[in-house]
Amino acid sequence: MIPLSNYLIVAAIVFGLSLAGIIINRKNIIILLMCIELMLLAVNINFVAFSSYLRDNTGEVFVFFILTVAAAEAAIGLAILMVLFRKRETINVEEIDSLKG
Amino acid sequence: MFTIPNFAPAAPEMFVLGMACVVLLVDIFSAKEKQGQWAYILTQVTLIGAMLLTLRLASYSTVVTFNDTFLLDPLATVLKIFIYITAFVALLYSRAYVAEREIPNGEYYVLCLFSILGMMVLVSAGNFLTLYLGLELLSLPLYALVALQRDSALGSEAAMKYFVMGAMASGMLLYGLSMIYGASKSLDINQIATYVASKPMQQDMVFVFALVFVVAGIAFKLGAVPFHMWAPDVYDGSPTSVTLFIGSAPKIAVLGMAIRLLVGTLPSLHIQWEQLLIIVALLSMVLGNFVAIMQKNIKRMLAYSSIAHMGYMLLGVLSGIAAGYAAATFYIITYALMSMGAFGMIVLLSRAGFEAENIEDFRGLNARNPWLALMMLILMFSMAGIPPTVGFFAKLGVLEALISVHLVWLAALALLFAVVGAYYYIRVVKVMYFDEPEKIEPVTTTKDMQLAISVNCLAVLALGLFPSGLINLCRVAFAS
Repeated sequence: MIPLSNYLIVAAIVFGLSLAGIIINRKNIIILLMCIELMLLAVNINFVAFSSYLRDNTGEVFVFFILTVAAAEAAIGLAILMVLFRKRETINVEEIDSLKG
Repeated sequence: MFTIPNFAPAAPEMFVLGMACVVLLVDIFSAKEKQGQWAYILTQVTLIGAMLLTLRLASYSTVVTFNDTFLLDPLATVLKIFIYITAFVALLYSRAYVAEREIPNGEYYVLCLFSILGMMVLVSAGNFLTLYLGLELLSLPLYALVALQRDSALGSEAAMKYFVMGAMASGMLLYGLSMIYGASKSLDINQIATYVASKPMQQDMVFVFALVFVVAGIAFKLGAVPFHMWAPDVYDGSPTSVTLFIGSAPKIAVLGMAIRLLVGTLPSLHIQWEQLLIIVALLSMVLGNFVAIMQKNIKRMLAYSSIAHMGYMLLGVLSGIAAGYAAATFYIITYALMSMGAFGMIVLLSRAGFEAENIEDFRGLNARNPWLALMMLILMFSMAGIPPTVGFFAKLGVLEALISVHLVWLAALALLFAVVGAYYYIRVVKVMYFDEPEKIEPVTTTKDMQLAISVNCLAVLALGLFPSGLINLCRVAFAS
């Protein structure tokens, strides 16, 4: 059987990658949205791993809710992206900088 | 076995949910030129109805329902009442603003109602699941609200930034919650609290690790340093009526979340979260107050001022005593009142095609409309914490709590930064009273707006003269 720690390490790596992706990424907003999804998936790995390890299914129920909310969140994110693209005609993160100070 | 849960404690939530759907339908079927009017009236009626229901259910004991996922205690009741009041006033201010601009009218009110529903669920959460769902229901409509003015490039940019930052905050919070779940085998706030309290110290590492993520999530949502980057951009970029809403009611709800997570779930780790919050609060006060001095745009200035205020509010939370939590609640309620007044003033001075966004636009306001200038003076004095306004008692409360837990050095620093903060608030007063106006025509306002802003500002003054009622109400919330 694969030990719990392996799952947690994978989840931590995925979480770290998504966080790094949000902070380092300077090119494309769609990649930002992907990173956000990845972050929630890392949390899901955590919940499922704990749930199976503890033999307690509330964690799995939580995962369903996270997946649903993530879908709603992605919808709003893409809608905002559409509005932004219509106005600016770019999805480059570096060019979206009119608010600062 | 399945038993039917007790629905009564969640009656206000169910009422708001039902009415939000009704408002959505009414708005679709109402005539084009009347659009928004019915939505507005129904929304305000909903808030009043929810208020009456909450007052009817109010009691000193804690009621739990839905398998302990939903709880109604004095804290939830007090926070909900002030969420209704701030939302009511915020919508009152934004009505004319929204009608004059190209913002879809009906959707504006529906999104506000859903966000309010999220706040209500959040402050009543007894389980991580309800807490998370409440938080998301609070945030998702707000992202859409910021982007609602579709012809504004700044609005959509602000919405994108708010969305990315907010989603990241939820992700971090969830990661922390998953760690707590793994270590305690429960999602229930009370069960986790008993579990953590019964544990030997050396096994606390997982909880401390999770705590870092939880505090980061809370700081993000409050807009406290080092996770404050979104606040100035969102305050500046969104339509002022939306800024008004974001800057008031959600802050109250997020304080509720912070108390549920830190005080409700992990009270035995107080020493650890105290240290984290000291760092967050100190940095917020320093950065908020110093950067606000440099701002020319009043919305950005108020955004940085909100960062500083969140720092002061956290001082009350980190003290770890009931009096401190009560002081933090008092602080956040009065802050919501003041921030609403200040943004309401910006809404009042703006009209279609002209936004009174710069401090320069307040130049010589005294000559143009002495009454509004006096109201703004009260607000600015209150934000700076000058007696006899309510801002003074808010600051006094948190500093008192700090001194009673022997954090005198922190109280002294907080006082020092409050003096720095006074500079930029009083500068607005100076601009209003001692600078020559660019235009001499008087500022005219509609009667109802003038009345609303006067009541709001005089309430700031009145609560400063007679603060004991509100202070007692906040103490009751933490009496048990």
